[in-house]
Amino acid sequence: MNRREDSPLIFERSKPGRMAHGLPENDVPEVDVTEVIPPRFLREQPAELPEVSELQLVRHYTQLSTRNHGVDSGFYPLGSCTMKYNPKIHEDVVRDPGFARIHPYQPEESVQGALQLMFELQEYLKEITGMDAVTLQPAAGAQGEWTGLMMIRAYHHARGEGEQRTKVIVPDSAHGTNPASAKMAGFETITVSSTEQGLVAVEDLKRVVGPDTAALMLTNPNTLGLFEEDIVEMARIVHEAGGLLYYDGANANAILGYTRPGDMGFDVVHLNLHKTFTTPHGGGGPGSGPVGVKKALMPYLPRPLISREGDRYTLNDDRPDSIGRVKAYYGHFGINVRAYAYIRTMGAEGLRQVSEYAVLNANYMMRKLAPYYDLPYDRHCKHEFVLSGKRQKKLGVRTLDIAKRLLDFGYHPPTIYFPLIVEECLMIEPTETESKETLDEFIEVMIQIAKEVEENPETVQEAPHNTVVSRLDEVTAARKPVLRWKEG
Amino acid sequence: MKSRYLPMTERDKQQMCAAIGIRSTDELFADIPEEVRFRGELHLPRPLDELALTKHMAQLAEKNAHAATHVSFLGAGTYEHYIPSVVNHMISRSEFYTAYTPYQPEISQGELQAIFEFQTMICELTAMDVANSSMYDGPTALAEAAAMAFGLGKADKIIVSRAVHPESRAILHTYAQGLGMDIVEIGLEDGVTKLEDLEQAVDDRTAAVIVQYPNFLGHLEDLAAVEQITHAAKNGLMIVSANPLALGILQPPGAFGADVVVGDVQPFGIPASFGGPHCGYFAARQKFMRKIPGRLVGQTTDENGRRGFVLTLQAREQHIRREKATSNICSNQALNAIAASVAMSALGKSGVQKMAMLNVQKAQYAKRQLSRAKGIQVAHEQPFFNEFAIKMNQPVKAVNARLLDKGFLGGYDLGRDYSEYDGHMLVAVTETRTKEEIDRFVHALEVISNE
Repeated sequence: MNRREDSPLIFERSKPGRMAHGLPENDVPEVDVTEVIPPRFLREQPAELPEVSELQLVRHYTQLSTRNHGVDSGFYPLGSCTMKYNPKIHEDVVRDPGFARIHPYQPEESVQGALQLMFELQEYLKEITGMDAVTLQPAAGAQGEWTGLMMIRAYHHARGEGEQRTKVIVPDSAHGTNPASAKMAGFETITVSSTEQGLVAVEDLKRVVGPDTAALMLTNPNTLGLFEEDIVEMARIVHEAGGLLYYDGANANAILGYTRPGDMGFDVVHLNLHKTFTTPHGGGGPGSGPVGVKKALMPYLPRPLISREGDRYTLNDDRPDSIGRVKAYYGHFGINVRAYAYIRTMGAEGLRQVSEYAVLNANYMMRKLAPYYDLPYDRHCKHEFVLSGKRQKKLGVRTLDIAKRLLDFGYHPPTIYFPLIVEECLMIEPTETESKETLDEFIEVMIQIAKEVEENPETVQEAPHNTVVSRLDEVTAARKPVLRWKEG
Repeated sequence: MKSRYLPMTERDKQQMCAAIGIRSTDELFADIPEEVRFRGELHLPRPLDELALTKHMAQLAEKNAHAATHVSFLGAGTYEHYIPSVVNHMISRSEFYTAYTPYQPEISQGELQAIFEFQTMICELTAMDVANSSMYDGPTALAEAAAMAFGLGKADKIIVSRAVHPESRAILHTYAQGLGMDIVEIGLEDGVTKLEDLEQAVDDRTAAVIVQYPNFLGHLEDLAAVEQITHAAKNGLMIVSANPLALGILQPPGAFGADVVVGDVQPFGIPASFGGPHCGYFAARQKFMRKIPGRLVGQTTDENGRRGFVLTLQAREQHIRREKATSNICSNQALNAIAASVAMSALGKSGVQKMAMLNVQKAQYAKRQLSRAKGIQVAHEQPFFNEFAIKMNQPVKAVNARLLDKGFLGGYDLGRDYSEYDGHMLVAVTETRTKEEIDRFVHALEVISNE
């Protein structure tokens, strides 16, 4: 992917008269379309879609793919995103026409295999999270958050406290989706601060919690990769105030088989199947964000739920207290099939090993890199850790530069400038599917870059040097947006 | 048991523990309080090897009837269409499917360019100025459009036609609970939105009017009239949910003056997959560019003046704006947007028109044949695209059970959502149906109706 050459748009490859489809000819008696559709409804100007041959089309997208970095291309330690290996067998099974070509409105008796899979996946996720029921409907983590908060809202309303409980408490280290989802669910957000140890300040939580508290949203381990060890006390504080606890499952890869959100006191949980359960990230989606709840919130789950009656699986739509639908049909079935296959492959012991090795890998890297970069929280981490580029910044090199320099070595950089509470932050998540050799090579490169910062900072500041484009002008992109191609 | 996904060896483990200064990995979990530590083993089925997994998954899949075992006339928002073989090959390039959101544009040019092309294709089909990088699905894109109109802060009433997909309306109602939008539904007359009622409902409090094109019953709404009524209100935005394939032949909503056009590109290269994942699109007028939810890809240049693409206008988004963001959505359906782009490129300018025309011809033929069948009535005489309603002389559920036995997936039971359409079946006929299959279907329905 190191050739610096222009990549024409598919529109620029287009020539009138070419095509790349194999559509059939019409085999029914033809009617004059203007006799069945009044001309005012008929398109006057055809849509200018590309005209290319099949080989041109294939070369175009193949070339584009070579200008992209995925997990299969190289190490991708993007913190909080759990960029682990995506098993190939999952890509095969999901394309079985018995999964790919079933319609959501087929009679129930004709989709028993699909319903069974969904029911069993619900059961596995209940067990893994320690919750009482699970919906597979949410499309992604952010939608899971919103779904969970809507249920929390419904719960408080049913208890006559809906008007009163208007606030959702979110740590200052939280994912940006947390406050955004809270707003969509009609809540205000209050921020609770973190201690110098990187954990939620329990004293501050006591200060902000009260009769207006609807919920506390928490990621555990948090976005610094640290386990919130006061979780039991925090749960007690929130519950005693009449609030509920929401678990953001973005970091669930750290805890499988070690602890469960349900046991920690959480009332609502979402999981990102595209993180912990190996479904591909797809360049940004589709993902899947199932939500689990404790018994008290079960009436509010989105409809329909998958139920089992004897040997038969059904779509249960008779749910009068449900918050309603959050997503068309039954969620991202194709993604859920992959997660199901993963759980069936790993089993309980395998999943526990996933977390054991994810955490071991992260701690190993953290210790190896600590002499060269600032380590703001010097304690065992979970599946990810943060470094600060403070030391390098003093030498005129920003974390952004370090990230760009990593591109030259064929790595996707870590998450940068997040969480917001760490200056010049680098958030590194190796995952359990990476070998020690890969970690060692990456560590060597990070050490080399730290040396370059001291000895030859321009190399880092001017990076990347061998990608298909150099740094892009994002300011002009935002000031004078060009969001589509136009001829000429 | 050793897993092929876990490269850790005993020796690696010892070396790594030594480097960290721990004796066992348990020490890394010591901060999990005793009382919440999980003891024992999760109650999950025993692990399956690759052969056993393949067999097990095939057994589950075999329990489902599908579009290759049965001839489908089922649509209602999800359709069985021709998927060019190239689509699957291109989205199987793992550089696309194992990547994440293109945060690092220098190593994500492939996806960014593909999405930029997708945005352009959506603008072309809808005749709108800007389109985003995709959304979860059509129904959530519709709810996001309503949220955007409401979020402009000038009005709080969202008017939606009952001829909009029932699931889209259901999601809209869920959104409304959280955001405090007032939802008003407008009834139908002869299978289309009752314009008199719409006119009466539209007022200064109206933030948006939402119609579907073709509507849920398959009919074409009078968008010119809807536009006049909507824009008579000072704050009213016209939101149209449109089937993008139909726009291959139908006058696009943009040409009628729509402010926002949403929908699902499932008809282009995306399998039904029991309802998901599909791929929503969201297109709007230029003036709403900075209010659009979701990711946007923009063109720019690098330090050497070379063309390149980046995620842009991120100031709208949650990771910067947090609670002030235009939406909480931070992902999109990138891979499915690429699938749709490949399909749209494969069909191309002429193919999209041809495929749309085949849908019209086949559906018209099926309607003509059904209108002559004994015991079956076509419900409306309205212009339609590839779907229309028929009235049966017995419950649709029972008819569909019989059709299943005869090797068909029958149409959608409209009575599920519309009491006035009890006993009505919504029949979808796409380019995938042959004359012979349509004839057999008509015959089967006629036999069932006269038993």
